[in-house]
Amino acid sequence: MSPRRLMGRIGLWFSVFVIVSPAILFFLWMISLSLKYEIDNAAYPPVFIPEQFAWKNYTDVLASNRFLTYFFNSLIVTGGATLLAMLVGVPAGYGIARMAAHKSAIVILIARITPGLSYLIPLFLLFQWLGLLGTLVPQIIIHLVVTVPIVIWIMIGYFETTPLELEEAARIDGATRWQVFRHVALPIARPGLAVAFILAVIFSWNNFVFGIVLAGRETRTLPVAVYNMISFDQLSWGPLAAAALLVTFPVLLLTVFAQRQIVAGLTAGAVKGG
Amino acid sequence: MSTITETSPAAAETSAAPEQEWHRPTYWPFVLPALIVVLAVIVFPWLFTIWMSFNEWKVGSPTTFVGFANYLRLPNDPRFVEAVGHTIVYTALSVILPLIFGTLAAVVFHQRFAGRGFLRGVFIMPMMATPVAIALVWTMMFHPQLGVLNYLLSLVGLPPQLWVFNPATVIPSLVLVETWQWTPLVMLIVLGGLAAIPTEPYESAEIDGAGFWQMFRYITLPLIMPFLFIAGMIRMIDAVKSFDIIFAITQGGPGSASETINLYLYSVAFVYYDLGYGSAIAVVFFLLIVLLAAVLLYLRKRMLWTEIGGGA
Repeated sequence: MSPRRLMGRIGLWFSVFVIVSPAILFFLWMISLSLKYEIDNAAYPPVFIPEQFAWKNYTDVLASNRFLTYFFNSLIVTGGATLLAMLVGVPAGYGIARMAAHKSAIVILIARITPGLSYLIPLFLLFQWLGLLGTLVPQIIIHLVVTVPIVIWIMIGYFETTPLELEEAARIDGATRWQVFRHVALPIARPGLAVAFILAVIFSWNNFVFGIVLAGRETRTLPVAVYNMISFDQLSWGPLAAAALLVTFPVLLLTVFAQRQIVAGLTAGAVKGG
Repeated sequence: MSTITETSPAAAETSAAPEQEWHRPTYWPFVLPALIVVLAVIVFPWLFTIWMSFNEWKVGSPTTFVGFANYLRLPNDPRFVEAVGHTIVYTALSVILPLIFGTLAAVVFHQRFAGRGFLRGVFIMPMMATPVAIALVWTMMFHPQLGVLNYLLSLVGLPPQLWVFNPATVIPSLVLVETWQWTPLVMLIVLGGLAAIPTEPYESAEIDGAGFWQMFRYITLPLIMPFLFIAGMIRMIDAVKSFDIIFAITQGGPGSASETINLYLYSVAFVYYDLGYGSAIAVVFFLLIVLLAAVLLYLRKRMLWTEIGGGA
């Protein structure tokens, strides 16, 4: 390696280090906060690695049965909203792509531009009128605002790139349109299904604004539950950070392991919920 | 020079086949369920919001039609006017800073190095992480006495700051979080643009003895402009609507120093339960976003036009 190339390499690694460190340092600090007793968290200068790890912060959070309730609420809301969105959104993406009905994408664009709060006023009144406010149903339905556009948008993009020849061959062999979709188009679009599913899950899981309005004490999802912890125990940083980390941990895990799909999905449609 | 084939003859043949025309309408059953959902959760709320914005409606009392009264209240509502100002400052900063840092990061991630995929995954973690969870950690980091940020400032000899607890610094502090969170999205979009640039211009520039900066300025930047524009547009739409981070860290405070339109809308609709007025704010807010997007599109057209004009 020539000295000039070596300098270039060192420069590159230095740049990589500078660029990635805000993310790495932040999450390391988050872990550090979550593993410290109050004495260490209140110390100045700050302690990065404590002498004694406060695993208790995690066991306390997990042991409280409220946390488990909220975890299952999040699971049901995100799971329900994502599955429903896949169920209606995947065929819709296929139909729109095959009909070349590009104008219908404007509705999705409008949904993308609209602030989440403006859906809340009418739907809040509707759910109140239907007497559904104490249940998880309103949250599942309103999360569709986030998940359905993501799924449709990504699936249109995928079905537009899948070859038509195979489908036409199947049609000539006498397959119905549904059979063509189910047995020819869908298997080819499997990578797209994964992308749509992952992004819908993440943006639904992270959603906060719908929960603060629609969730009651028993129907909070994890982001809302964590927010409520801030207001109650302002000073116990350890358990708070532990709870925050537990809430976002599934998403971070998914980000690292499915980063190829996430990058593909985000650069294709650049969709974000809320 | 290599020849550019735009469409393969086979593809052109199939799309021109008469059968295509015949089976187009029959795809409606595929779209119908989604159409019902979209009508119910997106279109219905929109129509309802517009209708409600013409009514005086507080929860628990009957509604009365008031025409444009809710809209006329807006310019005379100092809190709303102030919120518009905060939103503009917050949005401008939250578009420009991620664009700059995201482009720099994309140039670095465009190089080949070991562990690039993994590090890119780490780099995009801030934007995928649950906003409320990271807001909570930032709140701890902003703490004037115990926060790690003031400790870091003291290491480089700077005086401690009040961050989000000072009306003068609260918006820049929140923009810091927003920039940290959304620079990765800009990076991904620009990275896509960089991947599409051919290598020939760089090779000839290198022969001509151009330096790294010159190549960036005169080759890379013009070619990634369309991608920067898309990134800026998306960033603008998201920054205007930003809610989670601001709400979780400051709730619009101290006082109302960081109250943006979206936060004010929340207060009006779900703290004061003034739903008619809240709906009017929602409509105006939406129109404002559409207007901003239109202005950006117009600027883009102008820019293209002058580029062509300058080249002639």
